[in-house]
Amino acid sequence: MNASAGHGASVRIEACGKTFIDGTRALEPATLDIARGETLVLLGPSGCGKTTMLRIIAGLELPDPGGKVLFDGKDMTSVPIERRNVGMVFQSYALFPNMSVSDNIGYGLKIRGVPAKERAARVAELVALTNIAGLENRRIDQLSGGQRQRVALARAVAIRPGILLLDEPLTALDAALRDRLRGELNRLLRALGITTIYVTHDQAEAMELGDRVVVMQKGTIAQIGTPREIYFTPQSRFVAEFIGAANIIESPIENGHLVLLGGRQAIGGGASMPAAVAMIRPETIRVVETGSAPLSGVIDSVSFIGDRQRLVISGVSNRLFTVDAPNTVQAKAGERVGLLISPDAVRLLPSNN
Amino acid sequence: MSHRSFVWLCLLPLAVVTAAFFLLPMARLVVTGAEGPQGVAGYLAILTEPRYRATLINTVALAAATTIVTLIVATIAGMFLQRHRFPGRAVLIAMLTFPLAFPGVVIGFLIILLAGRQGLIGDLSNRMLGEKLVFAYSIYGLFLGYLYFSIPRVILTIMAAVQKLDVGLEEAARSLGASPWAVQRDVVLPALAPAFVASGAIAFATAMGAFGTAFTLATNIDVLPMLIYTEFTLAANFSTSAALSVGLGIITWFILALARSFSGSAVAAAG
Repeated sequence: MNASAGHGASVRIEACGKTFIDGTRALEPATLDIARGETLVLLGPSGCGKTTMLRIIAGLELPDPGGKVLFDGKDMTSVPIERRNVGMVFQSYALFPNMSVSDNIGYGLKIRGVPAKERAARVAELVALTNIAGLENRRIDQLSGGQRQRVALARAVAIRPGILLLDEPLTALDAALRDRLRGELNRLLRALGITTIYVTHDQAEAMELGDRVVVMQKGTIAQIGTPREIYFTPQSRFVAEFIGAANIIESPIENGHLVLLGGRQAIGGGASMPAAVAMIRPETIRVVETGSAPLSGVIDSVSFIGDRQRLVISGVSNRLFTVDAPNTVQAKAGERVGLLISPDAVRLLPSNN
Repeated sequence: MSHRSFVWLCLLPLAVVTAAFFLLPMARLVVTGAEGPQGVAGYLAILTEPRYRATLINTVALAAATTIVTLIVATIAGMFLQRHRFPGRAVLIAMLTFPLAFPGVVIGFLIILLAGRQGLIGDLSNRMLGEKLVFAYSIYGLFLGYLYFSIPRVILTIMAAVQKLDVGLEEAARSLGASPWAVQRDVVLPALAPAFVASGAIAFATAMGAFGTAFTLATNIDVLPMLIYTEFTLAANFSTSAALSVGLGIITWFILALARSFSGSAVAAAG
């Protein structure tokens, strides 16, 4: 089970649901395959069941009867966490306050009876890998948030786990540090090549880190796909609105055109529907002179963000329309502008959700 | 009036009360202790006089045993009560903490009911073994009484400390492969250490100085408070009882200070 090659185990969860004692359904029965070496992100708002799913994989929660957890095809459902050989990073980091940094990192090896000399070598290796040289003898309360995060990761990886489980590992950090550590974490996970399951509510983290992203909603899996699939072809309104910014349009379709207040927008094809739901990403819309586009509206407000500007436009559909324009476009509130949208950029969504 | 002198004025009642009811009697006690036929050497009698020394050792051993057993029982019970929810839990906690309100006399009475000549244990052992088991009037009865006295106090402290434990720490240790025993040894017990010292100090100091229970059980149990009482009321030996009182205070204080420095955490030394 000790995957010293560093590629870890494959994971399958089969019909795993979770109902808590008080009757709350945290997770509807879900089935999911995670390939060896893959980084899978469980993404969703709080209370969507993502942490419950992680804890079932870890062995901290038992799935409801009928659910199964398999590592490399072996049934692990009734195996407790201490014998699953998983590395886990907690949101609070859960570092042992009564041990130094190096004792924290070496704890799992000590429990496994690894000789002190070998242990010290492995700890040194991880200290170098996670960039915390010089902190080995510090107490935990002498570390900053970012340093704690690295120690927690080093401790989880030290035991050469088959699977690495991370529960919102960056949430406790401030925004700037979070962005930097996200990149660092990404390089580290790629270098380790270990099977990783990463829980987050932050879609930017999910996009950057995930080979695949599982979007969850109210205890069910809303969509599974690569970050690109999730972003460009959301299968539901929930996914479209949760990932990135999206303009959701409810309108009838006539001969392959959305019929809107501000004009008619082609979507390709020649279909007609009395009611449809469509999504258009703000960055796919070009602001042009009125008259040179079939769609137009009035600029309600302009927010200059730096690398781009976000325009809010009224009169296009029955709700405000968001457009991301290059920072070179001259736009003023009150101006009427034309909006050019390629038919490919319009994504129809099932109208029942 | 300046702010500073206002603060001093507010502290005046405290200073008066402290001086009148604490410092002055203490000073008088210390002086009295040195007024015996042996003078200041009377203070050493607690260590040099064989009867006194034996009593001192007895008392410290009893207090230490009470503290250790109380900590073991209360930790297991407190951890279970804090971590589990079951019907009747609130009633059980209320009953466990009920003895808090009892004076030592009542505790002594309960021990006599349990292990005295007409007690429950005596009755049972008489029927089963044909021999009456009676230990209420000995140091074992006193030990049981002190346990009964200390456990409620310690349980409440331990429960509060367990509630503050980060469950994530235990889960992290388990994820690293630690068995349930290893989790207790490496994570839970170290985290509870400050609570052990705080509540253990109170249990120890109480067991060193408690008088009511010992007095109810018998007048010939060899513990320091009883010795002080007999020297004072029966032998009218004021200087010896004063010296013994000061000695009891200093020894208790010294052992608590030692425990505190070992744990390295701030714990109010309960006198």
